[in-house]
Amino acid sequence: MNSFSYNKAHDVAEAVADIQEHEGARFIAGGTNLLDLMKENVMKPAHLTDINRLDLADIKENEEGGLTLGALVTNADTAWNERVEQRYPLLSKAILAGASPQLRNMATNGGNLFQRTRCYYFYDTATACNKREPGSGCSAINGINRIHAILGTSEHCIATHPSDMCVALAALDAKVNVTGPNGDRTVEFGDFHRLPGNTPHLDNNISQGELVTSIDLPPSNFTKNVFYLKVRDRQSYAFALVSVAAALDLEGDVIKDIRVAMGGVAHKPWRRREVEESYIGKVASTENFRALAETMLTGAVGFGGNTFKIELAKRAIVRALNEALKSGENL
Amino acid sequence: MTTESAVLEEPVVKKQELPEFELVNLTINGQSFKLKLQPWVSLLDAIREYAGLTGTKKGCDHGQCGACTVLINGKRINSCLTLAVMRDGEAITTIEGLSDGVVNHPLQDAFIEHDAFQCGYCTPGQICSAVGMINEGRANSLEDVQELMSGNICRCGAYNNINAAIMEVKSKMA
Amino acid sequence: MKTQYIGKPVSRVDGLAKVTGSAKYSADFKVEGMLYGYIVSGSIAKGRIISIDTSGAMSLKGVLQVFTHENVSGLPWFSIKYKDMDAPTGSPFRPLHDDKIIYSGQPVALVVAETFELARYAASLVHVSYQEEDFTTDLVKNMDQSYKAPVGKLGYVSPKSRGNADEAFDQAAFKMSGSYQHGAEHHNPMELFSTTAIWENGKLTVYDKTQGVSNCQFYIGNVFGLAYKDVRIISPYVGGAFGSGLRPQYQLFMAVLAALELKRPVKVGLTRQQMFTFGHRPVTLQQLQLSASTDGSLESIKHEAFSETSRFENYTEIIVNWSGTMYNCDNVKLKYELVGLDMYTPVDMRAPGAVTGAHAIESAMDELAYELKMDPLIFRLKNYADEDQTEEKPFSSKELIACYREGAEKFGWTKRSIGPRSMREGNQLIGWGVATAAWDAFQAPARAKALLSIDGKLIVSSGTSDIGTGTYTIMTQIAAESLGLKIEDVTFKLGDTNMPLAPLEGGSWTAASVGAAVKGVCEDVKKKLKKMAVKTKTSPFYDTSSKDIVFDSGIISDVNDSSKSISIVDLMRIAGVNSIEETSTSGPNPINKMKYTFNSHAAVFAEVKVDEDLGIVRVTRVVCAVAAGKILNPKTARSQILGGVVWGISKALEEESKMDHQYGRFMNHNLSEYHVPVNKDINDIEVIFVEEKDDIVNPLGVKGVGEIGIIGVAGAIANAVFHATGVRVRNLPITMDKVLQIAEDDKNQVAV
Repeated sequence: MNSFSYNKAHDVAEAVADIQEHEGARFIAGGTNLLDLMKENVMKPAHLTDINRLDLADIKENEEGGLTLGALVTNADTAWNERVEQRYPLLSKAILAGASPQLRNMATNGGNLFQRTRCYYFYDTATACNKREPGSGCSAINGINRIHAILGTSEHCIATHPSDMCVALAALDAKVNVTGPNGDRTVEFGDFHRLPGNTPHLDNNISQGELVTSIDLPPSNFTKNVFYLKVRDRQSYAFALVSVAAALDLEGDVIKDIRVAMGGVAHKPWRRREVEESYIGKVASTENFRALAETMLTGAVGFGGNTFKIELAKRAIVRALNEALKSGENL
Repeated sequence: MTTESAVLEEPVVKKQELPEFELVNLTINGQSFKLKLQPWVSLLDAIREYAGLTGTKKGCDHGQCGACTVLINGKRINSCLTLAVMRDGEAITTIEGLSDGVVNHPLQDAFIEHDAFQCGYCTPGQICSAVGMINEGRANSLEDVQELMSGNICRCGAYNNINAAIMEVKSKMA
Repeated sequence: MKTQYIGKPVSRVDGLAKVTGSAKYSADFKVEGMLYGYIVSGSIAKGRIISIDTSGAMSLKGVLQVFTHENVSGLPWFSIKYKDMDAPTGSPFRPLHDDKIIYSGQPVALVVAETFELARYAASLVHVSYQEEDFTTDLVKNMDQSYKAPVGKLGYVSPKSRGNADEAFDQAAFKMSGSYQHGAEHHNPMELFSTTAIWENGKLTVYDKTQGVSNCQFYIGNVFGLAYKDVRIISPYVGGAFGSGLRPQYQLFMAVLAALELKRPVKVGLTRQQMFTFGHRPVTLQQLQLSASTDGSLESIKHEAFSETSRFENYTEIIVNWSGTMYNCDNVKLKYELVGLDMYTPVDMRAPGAVTGAHAIESAMDELAYELKMDPLIFRLKNYADEDQTEEKPFSSKELIACYREGAEKFGWTKRSIGPRSMREGNQLIGWGVATAAWDAFQAPARAKALLSIDGKLIVSSGTSDIGTGTYTIMTQIAAESLGLKIEDVTFKLGDTNMPLAPLEGGSWTAASVGAAVKGVCEDVKKKLKKMAVKTKTSPFYDTSSKDIVFDSGIISDVNDSSKSISIVDLMRIAGVNSIEETSTSGPNPINKMKYTFNSHAAVFAEVKVDEDLGIVRVTRVVCAVAAGKILNPKTARSQILGGVVWGISKALEEESKMDHQYGRFMNHNLSEYHVPVNKDINDIEVIFVEEKDDIVNPLGVKGVGEIGIIGVAGAIANAVFHATGVRVRNLPITMDKVLQIAEDDKNQVAV
């Protein structure tokens, strides 16, 4: 871990000012990923701005009729919030599929969006990694890539985004509220994270001095037929090889609306609205789910160790949608 | 002062700046600790190396094993992934705080009775985690306990006995 | 004397210390003025260090020294001085010895500073330049370099073939061939290796994490040229080791080096990442060919194994020999070879060799049973070995049939349908598998000391270790029972070189070895007390026959007349004796060892549920029936078996250290990506100890339970997965991609 200076900010303005004042500064909230990476010398912020005392720890009703999740509400408090459980069960389930109870008690909603990849090479400074050290090369492409991306990869990076929460947020059309030296702005969830392209060192479209203050959830009809499937190498406390956030809004057995987002397969939560839309009005059946899954995986490329994920992801989509279909029956 | 620093200046090697010390107030197991710490000290190291309470263990230092689990205001966290300065003024309970030396926490007795450990290294974290889980009130079945205790790795493989101990204590509380 | 403690489910005597956080593990000792060391790990697999720039680190206030090969001198040149008691043949690794890099992750510098955080930061400022050389770390690509495994490592015996297996195989009616592969594994005990060394008045005191304090004393004495008597190693609690603590690890060297040089106490701990930079369970390739006649009698067994080792030491373990003793078969051909690679030497890991070999032979037996269309349990019974055909000796005891019977009954084996994919629950395919396990019942010489005080309290000590195995507890039980004391009046101490010499704690031999010494020394004290009873004039036993004296709960009484009695405390008082101290040595009976084979056995039954679409395997039920002689403490012994089963599940489904051969480096070096089971992975496990009386194996009749629990589990699970899915996954771990046969980089799966 490098040497750094540290300040506690007491309000948003102070936090934004503090980070501007220090070169190479980072915000710290839960710290669960940042400190992990600092101990590995992967991230070396010269300054930490502690934002834990900011007044961003509420879950509130928003004007649209949905909920706004404060950036500093912990993952646990979000998942187990009664309103979230009732109105956004998909989000609740996704959060609870991630990390461990202890980590969920520390990690914040804002911080979760900034979680960095679990790529072995990113974590090991003895190896080449374009995300950690631009231009050094990608070791994973010809290396151990069982956990790596199959969609949206580039020749520079095949890392995945590790979050479960973000997969559900993507499915639910969340919006991220950001503030910074140039004022406030709102980012559609689909625009929040980036694909690696030529700039794999950039995980998202938020600039250094900007602070996520909250996440807006629009009103949602996906309260019954939802399922979060996490396929992993052990039953808990492991990152997803493939995860699927599946939600159905049904009229009889006909799809009124559908959401399918995938985790563990790309540099960002993977969702294709146009594919979802093409199934509106169709029957919720295994055949249709499989056809949808095939389309979702269009363009998927494997790198040897992770090639199995292409078929696995398709099966996971079918399973998640079938479970979502069934979960409505139990209610 | 100025002259002195000029004399001491080493042109060859740039002096690296080290983090400033800060006074950090931690209440651990009801006892107040005023520690002079640099911000790079994790809560885990503060508890172990600076407050001298070594019951809390370092198993990975990366939030991947749960051995360092402590309770902050009754909530379980990984003390290795938070800085002590971030916890200034907070109330922390470690394994040493669960027993008063005469009367143990029921989980401690149940762990002994059910042989819920072998080497014992993960045990403080397991017990603190179980206390935190019971506080959360979400574990209603053995299956829930299995999931909600999965943040604590036991390499000796005492899970069945850990769960038996927890289920027994839970049933007595109900 | 009536049995009071041996065989009873006594709760751990160290339990209170462990649940209250007061048990002190090696990193928990804090010494006044202690410095902290942080190790810099090398980044290349092979080559030379051109330069090490330590100036950035040294410029920091509070950094005392950066040790590198450039400034460490005066240590022995000859590598023999670095040999420890568990070293295989070859030249041991010498930390900071010269500029050569021989494996990735090799320690290249030690930074010592006033605080841990400062040492860690300073370590990040040490810049090492390397000249890289070609290296190879892939066993599969270097099979042409294999050579016969040499003897020389403690406990290693070369495999022995018999009959003509090639001919028998060619002529047999039913046969199978298969190749099995195991990935590398690291022990990953929860406790990180840590050492605190204190150099004071010409004496060295070291708190270390080890399975053998004497081994560390021997090593440090030799390496640093210190008299053994001036080196004291203390290790009262060990947070798991599983073999990783059998050899001194490099943090021990580093801490001692720094303490001697800086004349201040130094603590050096490894990070979890660094826990992947010393010994591991080696990658092993195995070829199995079995054949049987139409009635299911085994005609031939051919078992070859190829294991990786380092280029500097020949790590050997017994993998194939078990195939010669497990079943009755006249034609057996065994082969075991090593391949030297640019990596660190493997080290024993729980049930070394046996667990590797058992997975292969037990899978192969299952495969052949399907060829024969025989129930795999009946096939095993058909080929049951009544004696050790390899050594042509009887077993001192072998209740494996009882294991099969009681295990099968508990599991409900007879309800099994024989065909693959014949049992299911919705989209979950259900499979049941069985496997057999065997392990040696060793005994090594050990010493113990007993001190009985006039207050009636007994302290017994021996320089052994308790790595979670229950040594503290069972030794306390043995002592209390041997001397007829209440258990609360007995304290057992261990983990200190000031105590009598005990062997390394491993191989399931501690109960037998140290147990015999403890029993022996307590018998000696008892003899003294008896003598005292009959020689002391005011004793009720004065001038009577000591043969009639019995001990119970601290009271000495006459076996025929219970009214004639005196407490030990009173006897010592009237005899004017303040304390009785005895030291005793015990060892194996060489004649029995020559005449018999000593093995423990187990039968493992496993149920898996496999997701038909996703390939996810869950182990829903395991029954492990064990025959391991006398069970000293069913509570702690059961825990040992439970742990072994969890390890078996881990081996079968989860664990693998992934080496990137581009770098020659293990890449998943953390507990997030190196998977061991979490609570949710573990379901129902039933442990059965079958009755097994053995008066030959050792005076206590015990065989040890540390390894026997793991050995059969991976085979039973692999067989259950086949039964569930019809897919034979021969490479461990059995992950979903292999089960679904969509693993592009691993095609060694066969479906029926």
